[in-house]
Amino acid sequence: MTSPFEYAPAPESRAVVDIKPSYGLFVNGEFVDGSGTSFKTVNPATEEVLAEVAEASDADVDEAVKAARRAYTRVWSRMSGAERAKYLYRIARIIQERGRELAVLESIDNGKPIKESRDVDVPIVAAHFFYYAGWADKLKYAGYGDTPLGVAGQVIPWNFPLLMLAWKIAPALACGNTVVLKPAETTPLTALLFAEICQQADLPPGVVNIVTGAGATGRAIVSHPDVDKVAFTGSTEVGKAIARAVAGTDKKVTLELGGKAANIVFDDAPLDQAVEGIVNGIFFNQGHVCCAGSRLLVQESVADEVMSRLKRRMATLRVGDPLDKNTDVGAINSAEQLAKIRELSEIGEAEGAERWSAPCELPSNGYWFAPTVFTGVTQAHRIAREEIFGPVLSVLTFRTPSEAVEKANNTPFGLSAGVWTDKGSRILSMANRLRAGVIWANTFNKFDPTSPFGGYKESGYGREGGRHGLEAYLKGADN
Amino acid sequence: MTASSTESSASAHGVFDDVVRSDSSLRRFLHGLPGVDQVGCEARAAGLGTRSIKTTSKAWAIDLAIRMVDLTTLEGQDTHGKVRALASKAMRPDPADPTCPATAAVCVYPDMVSVAKQQLGHSGVHVAAVATAFPSGRAAMDIKLADTRDAVEAGADEIDMVIDRGAFLSGRYLDVFEEIAQVKEACARPDGTSAHLKVIFETGELQTYDNVRRASWLAMMAGGHFIKTSTGKVQPAATLPVTLIMLEAVRDFREQTGQMVGVKPAGGIKTTKDAIKYLVMVNETCGEDWLDPDWFRFGASTLLNDLLMQRTKMTTGRYSGPDYFTLD
Repeated sequence: MTSPFEYAPAPESRAVVDIKPSYGLFVNGEFVDGSGTSFKTVNPATEEVLAEVAEASDADVDEAVKAARRAYTRVWSRMSGAERAKYLYRIARIIQERGRELAVLESIDNGKPIKESRDVDVPIVAAHFFYYAGWADKLKYAGYGDTPLGVAGQVIPWNFPLLMLAWKIAPALACGNTVVLKPAETTPLTALLFAEICQQADLPPGVVNIVTGAGATGRAIVSHPDVDKVAFTGSTEVGKAIARAVAGTDKKVTLELGGKAANIVFDDAPLDQAVEGIVNGIFFNQGHVCCAGSRLLVQESVADEVMSRLKRRMATLRVGDPLDKNTDVGAINSAEQLAKIRELSEIGEAEGAERWSAPCELPSNGYWFAPTVFTGVTQAHRIAREEIFGPVLSVLTFRTPSEAVEKANNTPFGLSAGVWTDKGSRILSMANRLRAGVIWANTFNKFDPTSPFGGYKESGYGREGGRHGLEAYLKGADN
Repeated sequence: MTASSTESSASAHGVFDDVVRSDSSLRRFLHGLPGVDQVGCEARAAGLGTRSIKTTSKAWAIDLAIRMVDLTTLEGQDTHGKVRALASKAMRPDPADPTCPATAAVCVYPDMVSVAKQQLGHSGVHVAAVATAFPSGRAAMDIKLADTRDAVEAGADEIDMVIDRGAFLSGRYLDVFEEIAQVKEACARPDGTSAHLKVIFETGELQTYDNVRRASWLAMMAGGHFIKTSTGKVQPAATLPVTLIMLEAVRDFREQTGQMVGVKPAGGIKTTKDAIKYLVMVNETCGEDWLDPDWFRFGASTLLNDLLMQRTKMTTGRYSGPDYFTLD
């Protein structure tokens, strides 16, 4: 920028967070050494090694499940809902009190901008615990009975480490289950800080157990015979493997998998706000969002105008240090993910789509990818069908509402969709015809604990959040 | 801004000849503009308000904001003495610091133009006059035009007119268009130059963001040099979302016609922090071209002293009390 009017580097202080050189597992209310090897977690913005983290072996997972079972049988399932609620409220308040610490640690370990971890992730995390605390003594009114399932094995992804933890743990605990949770191997630190919060809240030992590790640890949890419920958020590929692994058992399963959401812009849309929504839809959290609006469907009559506005807006996005309060787009979470984004983008070019990247300077260390848009994309392109999970937008056009619906639904996924139009009747008719779990109208990527979230087809099954989110953790009124 | 330019409006008029042929064609055009989603607009404006700028840039931004101030007194109790004092302050906002820039203009009622003009002399500080039966705009057209001519004859460099909100809200867009065009003609001086025309919408009375966008286009098509939010007499006056809509309008208008139109939020902007939020919004919506007193102004009377206090704080490291700055 040549103007003297430059934004300051306004870094949030790292001093609020104390990162230990190494971490063990959190089992039965205490941190213990794992019996397996350890692995490193790095700051994706700098490639700096942050800590060594224990990899839980099958034996460690077994210990954690045993602890969870004991806590379930002896304490948690016997406790009244009102008592459980007190713990959940206490956890929610501690999360608020330690919000700055959680946000900074999340940004360091994950690479997401501090303004998102501070203003979006952590507040919604606290809200989830508050919300489900409110349900704990009112389960009978939800319509799914009030009998918990037992021990829940939960495996969560790296894109919203703390938020996904909250989505999993809050309803499970509210319903009277105990949990063994595995955070993703690239982002384990906030889950371990959450373990400290459980201690601080005097949560009975074993109610929450956190085991770190990669795929093998996740498999050990999912296939453990004493786990009653499996909850997974992550890739469709792993989701299918989990579905196969639990097939034939009596485990209950919920899966939140991939997406390739259509963000549909009609010619009567509020264009300036639609452009903001497109940006928020795909560049929020570097596009590491399962419900990201990665397929822009724009009506042909306004396609050129929308594209010129979008490119102008993208040129103002600030990519860089996640801890800088002025940063809009942070780092890609891992070298592996960056390689995948690059590969699919190259495929997009090879297939003949036109690539445009925002003219931003990228830091030399760390994993970075400039916000990118592909125009001239058709349904036949791989970048229009496969989830890229990065800041890459594919733009397709349509002529009529019916065509928009057909194209939007023509995908193996069905997690979310967006509709931009000034016409209320069109919003409603589109919402009825789109096959997606969440449909946003004149906005995108908005989350709320009271609103159920989940998908169709290869985007998984089950719902998280809202009253519906309780169903996955209760035996049901008939049982 | 050279107060003598007359070039821009004529060609803008040409581009939109078909649009302004009839009330219905004008309505079709204005209602065909992209709508504004209130929630999205307010969220974007709030987001822009969180940028943090460098200390060196902040010093630059404060000086720029001072240079953008239309120092204003629009009271029934205004006297020659008050206006002379205001004009002196506009030229030397901080008597203790000669490096402090002057404001863009002083803004007064038409009968005070000659007083302000005399006091300002050749300082380069413009005299802006509110005209057209300000602030209500409720007077016969010939009176509004006479009000304008009177101010221009007295030496006003800039005319701040109010639109007829009644005509606008009842859908008589062509009446509003013609009113602006006529006032613009009344801004002409015998020597062929013209006072600059700022068109005030009174956005607090227009109520909706869609109306703000339509009014912006109407005023730009009619040849206004500046579009301005408010008289300062109605609440809410200037807000960040309303200003965002107007900035988007001037940006889009330039894209279509090649012509730049200025934006002036007025009323209620009191602190340096607020002023900088506006500058961030200008920078990210329209770009640096608009970061100039020719294209962006603050209509304010109390903002200046806060800017001066912050400016002093940046040079001395200490805050001083209000008594260290002149009242006006």
